[in-house]
Amino acid sequence: MINATLKALSQQLAAKAVSSEELAGLYLDRIAALNPTLNAFISVDRDKTLAEARAADALRAAGQAGLLAGVPIAHKDIFCQQGWKTSCGSKMLDNFISPYDAHVVEQCRAAGLVTLGRTNMDEFAMGSSNENSFYGPVKNPWDLAAIPGGSSGGSAAVVAARLAPVATGTDTGGSIRQPASHCGVTGIKPTYGVVSRYGMVAYASSLDQGGPLAQTAEDCALLLNVMAGFDQRDSTSLERAKEDYSRDLNAPLNGLKIGLPREYFAEGLSADVAGVVDGAIAELKKLGAEVVEISLPNTQLSIPAYYVIAPAEASTNLSRYDGVRYGHRAAEYKDLVDMYEKTRAEGFGAEVKRRIMVGTYVLSHGYYDAYYLKAQKIRRLIANDFKAAFEQCDVILGPVAPSAAFNLGEKSGDPVQMYLSDIYTLSVNLAGLPGMSVPAGFAANGRPVGLQIIGNYFGEAKMLNVAHQFQQATDWHTKAPAL
Amino acid sequence: MKWEVVIGIEVHVQLNTASKIFSGASTAFGAAPNTQASAVELAFPGVLPVLNRAVVDKAIRLGLALDAKINQKNVFARKNYFYPDLPKGYQISQMELPIVEHGKIKILVGDQEKVIGVTRAHMEEDAGKSLHEDFHGLSGIDLNRAGTPLLEVVSEPDMRSVDEALAYVKVLYALVTWLGICDGNMQEGSFRMDVNVSVRPEGQKEFGTRREIKNLNSFRFLEQAAKYEIQWQIDTLEDGGKVQQATVLFDPDSGETRMMRSKEDAHDYRYFPDPDLLPVRISDEQIARIRADLPELPGAMQARFVESYGVSAYDAALLTSSLKQAEYFEAAAKASGQGKLAANWVNGEIAARLNRDGKEIGDCPIDAARLSGLIVRIADGTLSSKLAKQVFEAMWDSELSADAIIERDGLKQVSDVGAIEKMVDEAIAANPKAVEEFRAGKEKALNALAGQVMKASKGKANPAQVQEILKQKLA
Repeated sequence: MINATLKALSQQLAAKAVSSEELAGLYLDRIAALNPTLNAFISVDRDKTLAEARAADALRAAGQAGLLAGVPIAHKDIFCQQGWKTSCGSKMLDNFISPYDAHVVEQCRAAGLVTLGRTNMDEFAMGSSNENSFYGPVKNPWDLAAIPGGSSGGSAAVVAARLAPVATGTDTGGSIRQPASHCGVTGIKPTYGVVSRYGMVAYASSLDQGGPLAQTAEDCALLLNVMAGFDQRDSTSLERAKEDYSRDLNAPLNGLKIGLPREYFAEGLSADVAGVVDGAIAELKKLGAEVVEISLPNTQLSIPAYYVIAPAEASTNLSRYDGVRYGHRAAEYKDLVDMYEKTRAEGFGAEVKRRIMVGTYVLSHGYYDAYYLKAQKIRRLIANDFKAAFEQCDVILGPVAPSAAFNLGEKSGDPVQMYLSDIYTLSVNLAGLPGMSVPAGFAANGRPVGLQIIGNYFGEAKMLNVAHQFQQATDWHTKAPAL
Repeated sequence: MKWEVVIGIEVHVQLNTASKIFSGASTAFGAAPNTQASAVELAFPGVLPVLNRAVVDKAIRLGLALDAKINQKNVFARKNYFYPDLPKGYQISQMELPIVEHGKIKILVGDQEKVIGVTRAHMEEDAGKSLHEDFHGLSGIDLNRAGTPLLEVVSEPDMRSVDEALAYVKVLYALVTWLGICDGNMQEGSFRMDVNVSVRPEGQKEFGTRREIKNLNSFRFLEQAAKYEIQWQIDTLEDGGKVQQATVLFDPDSGETRMMRSKEDAHDYRYFPDPDLLPVRISDEQIARIRADLPELPGAMQARFVESYGVSAYDAALLTSSLKQAEYFEAAAKASGQGKLAANWVNGEIAARLNRDGKEIGDCPIDAARLSGLIVRIADGTLSSKLAKQVFEAMWDSELSADAIIERDGLKQVSDVGAIEKMVDEAIAANPKAVEEFRAGKEKALNALAGQVMKASKGKANPAQVQEILKQKLA
C-alpha cells in the first residue's frame, strides 16, 4: 500500500478497499517512525490530518467524492495554509500561523486531498541542498549522508521515502527538478503563470512557480490538474481554458524530435550523470523518438543573470519581515531602527542575508543599469535561444544537475560552487518555460539521477507524455530506498 | 539684491474609488483603526496586489483634462524603504513610465495668464498612519489608509511667486473635484501638497538650491509656509550663508519651516518594476470612452462665460473655481438674464458671506433661483444697490423670495417723480442755508440736501433721480 501511486490509491479509495482515515493513519505512523531520521516534515498534526481524512470519507459516503478525494498530500511549507504554521523554513516565520489558504491549497482542499503535514525546505526557498533550513537539513532517503537537493528537498524526500504519495513544491531556479532528481522522484515545474502564486510565500516573483512531485509522470499530471488554473488574485496568473494534463500520456513517441543542447553535455557534467542521460536517450530512441543537436549559447550566462534577478526581487519581497505585524521580533531593542536590525539579524539565516545584500546592491542607485537591467537583457537572450531551439525540436532533454547528490556539508561553505550546480535548471525559469525531472538511473555511489525534460510554453502535456512513455518502458521510478 | 522665486509643486490627489488600489478593501474614511486593512494591506506572506481598474480610468480622466500624453503602456515600480506604516517595506508607485506626462494648467494671477507645465502624474498607493500620541512612549499604527489610491501630480518648476503657486494648486484642486475623481476633503488629506522652493538672483539662469516643504493640507498653510521659506532662504543667502538641499516640515503653530532631513539622509529607494504586476495597457477605445465622458472643463467654461454672459476673464476664473459654483452662477445668470450682475453677486456678496461663515457654495442658504429673483429687481430698478443689500440680508436668514421681502418691508425704490419732487421741495424749504451755499457755488451743499431727501424717503428714493430733480429745482 505504501508504495502505491496517487492513481492506485484513488482507485482503492473509490473501491472502498481502504478508507481515507486508514490511509492517513498508515502514512502518519510511517512519518512518526521515519521523520526523526529524515527531518523531511516541519509540521505534522495527527488530529488535523485525521479530521480532514474523516471529512473525505464522509464525502465519499455521501457520493460526493471527486477523483482524488481522500488521498494524502504533503505541502511544502511555503504555501500558506489556514491554521497551519507556514514557516517557509525560517525562524522569521516560526510563529506564523497562516490565517488564509494559498490558491494551491484551496484547490487541493476542494479536490478532497488530505494534508499529511508541511515539508521542510531551504529558508525562503533559497538553496540547492536544504541545508539552509532553520529546522535543519533534510536527509536524502537514499543515503543519509547526502543532501536531498533544494529548495523543495522535504517534498522530494517524503515522496521518495513513501511518507506521502505526492507533495507540492515550488521551483524558482530548479527547486522542484533538482531535489526530484536527487531523490529519484518525478517533479514538474509548469510554465510561469499556470499555477497561481497567491499564498505562495514569494522568493523571486518573476521566477517562482508551484508544481507537483510524485512517483510517476501520470501522478504529476493528475495533481497538476488540481493545482493549475486561473486565479484573479495573482496578476501574473494566465487566463486560459482549463486543460487535462493527462490527455496525451499514452500518445506514441514515434517521430518525436528531441533536442539535445550541446552546452548541456560539455565540461562540468559528471560521467555518472552523462551515462544516465545517454541511457535514457537510447531508451527514447527505441520508442521512436529522433534526436537533433541544438544549441542554447547563452546557458553560461543564466547563472549570473539568475543570481542578480532573483536576489533583487527577494531583497524587496522579504522587506515585509520587519517584526512589526507578525513573525519574529527581537526581544530587546533601543528604537525602531534597532528593532529592525536585530529582528532581521536574528530572524534570517546566512544565505537569505547574503541574497538580500546582493539584491539590495544590484538595485542601488548607480548600479541598477549595470546589473539588474543587464540581467533582464540576458534573460531575453536566453528566452530567444529556446525559441530558436524549439523550431527544431518538440522537447529538450538533458541533465538536471551536473552530478548526483553531493554530501551534506560538502558545498555549504562555498556558495559560488553551490550556485554553479544550478546551471542546467536556471534558464528554464528565466525563460518561463516548463521543465521536469524523471528518474532515469543511479550514480556509481547508488544515488539517484534524473533526466530533465524541457517543454515549450504550455507544453506540459507533451512533456508528461514523454515522461510517461519513458516510465512505461523503464522501472527507475518504481525504485524505493531501503529505510 | 533682487531675488527671483522658483516654485514647483507635487500634489497627492486621493482618488475616490470605493475600494483600494490593489485590494477589495474599503477606502471609507474614519473607520476604527485597522478594520479596513485586508491581508494585502497587512502584507501577509504570499499575498499579491491586483490593480483596481477604476484607478486607471480616473488617472486617464485627469490626464485628458490636463491635455497631457497618456502612456498606453505604463509600469508600476517598487519604491523601497522601511517604515512601520509601510507594511511591505515598499510602496507600489510608478517611476520610469508613469500613466500621464506633459500636461499643462492655465492660471490667472491678477490679469496675467500663465501656463504651468505638469511634468507627470502617476498612480501609487498611500501608506498607513503612525500615531505617536496617546500610546505612552509607543507608536500606534493604523493601516486603514494603506493602499488608498493616489495620483501624484508633479509640476514643472514654473511658478515665480507664492500667488502663482496658490493659483496653480487652486486650479488643480478645482479640476480634480470638477472631474469627480477626488472628494476634495483637504482636512482628511484628500489633497496634500509638497512645495519645492528655491530663490536665485534676478537674471541668473541656474536654479538655486531647493528645499521641499512636505505634506501641506491647506492653501493657507501653503501660503504661510512658502512665504516663510522664501524669506528664510533670502535671509540666509544675504547673510552669506548657503541653502542646503533638504526636506522641511511646516509648523502651523510657529509659522516656521524646520528641517526634517538633509540630502545626505535621502533614501536610495531602489526603484524597479514590480514583478507582481503586469505593465498597464490602455487601449485607444478606453481613452475614447473616457474622453467622451468628460464634462465641460473649467477653461472652456470660462471662455463661454466671457462670451455668453459678458463677464470679465477674472470673474470667469473665480466663477469656475468649482463646478458647483459655476453651475450656481449659470443658473442665476440664465434665470435673471443678467450675467454680469449675477457674476458680481456670486463673486461678491455671496462669496464674502460664505467665506465669513466658512461655508461652500453648496451650503449657500440662497439658491440660484432666489438670487435671480433679487437680481431681476435690481435690473428693473425696483431696488437700489443699497436696498438690494438689505433684501439680500433678509433673504440669507429666511426662505422668502426677494419680492416677498420687498413687499413685507416696503422696500421698493421710489422712482415716482411727483413723490420725489414733493420731498425735494420739503428739503429745500427746510434747509435755506444749504440752498444758499449751493447757489454761492458750493457743490457739496447739494449732497447735504440729497441726504435729507434720502433720509425722508427712508433710503427708498432713487438716488439718481433725487440728484437730478434737486439740480432742476435749484437752477
